[in-house]
Amino acid sequence: MRLLIALGAGALFGSGLHLSGMTDTAKVKGFLDFFGAWDPTLMFVMGGAIIPMFIAWRVAERRKPLMGGDFPAASDPVFDRSLILGAVLFGAGWGLVGLCPGPAIASLSYGGSGGFAFLGAMVLGMLLAPRARQWLDRRSVVA
Amino acid sequence: MQIDWIWGLLGGVMIGCAGALFLLGNGRIMGASGILGGLIDGSGRSNWAERTAFLVGLIALPAVLQSSGTLSTQTNLTPNLGLIIIAGLLVGLGTRIGNGCTSGHGVCGISRLSPRGIVATLIYIGAGAVMVVALRGIWGAL
Repeated sequence: MRLLIALGAGALFGSGLHLSGMTDTAKVKGFLDFFGAWDPTLMFVMGGAIIPMFIAWRVAERRKPLMGGDFPAASDPVFDRSLILGAVLFGAGWGLVGLCPGPAIASLSYGGSGGFAFLGAMVLGMLLAPRARQWLDRRSVVA
Repeated sequence: MQIDWIWGLLGGVMIGCAGALFLLGNGRIMGASGILGGLIDGSGRSNWAERTAFLVGLIALPAVLQSSGTLSTQTNLTPNLGLIIIAGLLVGLGTRIGNGCTSGHGVCGISRLSPRGIVATLIYIGAGAVMVVALRGIWGAL
């Protein structure tokens, strides 16, 4: 049942990405282009997605997950070097071609060779990340 | 072009419902980079099946829609392979160091009013915007 829920959530996520046009890198880059021909679509996608999620978090305050266990604890509001540097690197890559992880994964079935190349490079980046993180943590202890 | 925002809003609500389903059902945060990243670096080994099922759904549905002819996807991805690879590396590295992407920090984090999610989202949108402007500048100069 957990697997069915995960499968369904993935499929629903994928459909939403398509319907909203977020699989089109031109629309994503258009949103990031605040000083050019700005395309506000992504803002509506974010806004639309936040509504059901906001309700879900309210419900989560009073219940347990259907499949048992607990909800993930809220993280402490710590703005460490990893969070900030990570967000900068991610944003830079996102702005470069207009793909973020969700659409990049979905693009496996429609993105052609460019999609494959992006996904391959992204996986490599993810493999390198634990090392980069260790290095950052060590540095911040010294500093 | 005029009605793009309506599709955006509808698609967004679907994405939010997917996140709500994953949260209230399995008690998990629907972050694309976290779900995949945990499989890649082994940190998510204990619930690999659930992660894989999510990814299968995400990849398979567009494939089904496309083969049935209801979907034609225009990605408009740059043909510049060098750019694609650099961007992929940055996105993979950045999302795992910073612990989230557009779905995790953006959709799930902001809706929880998580300070980390909100700050990360502002930073990556800012960095993306700078990159788009910089890229146009470099392109224009060439």
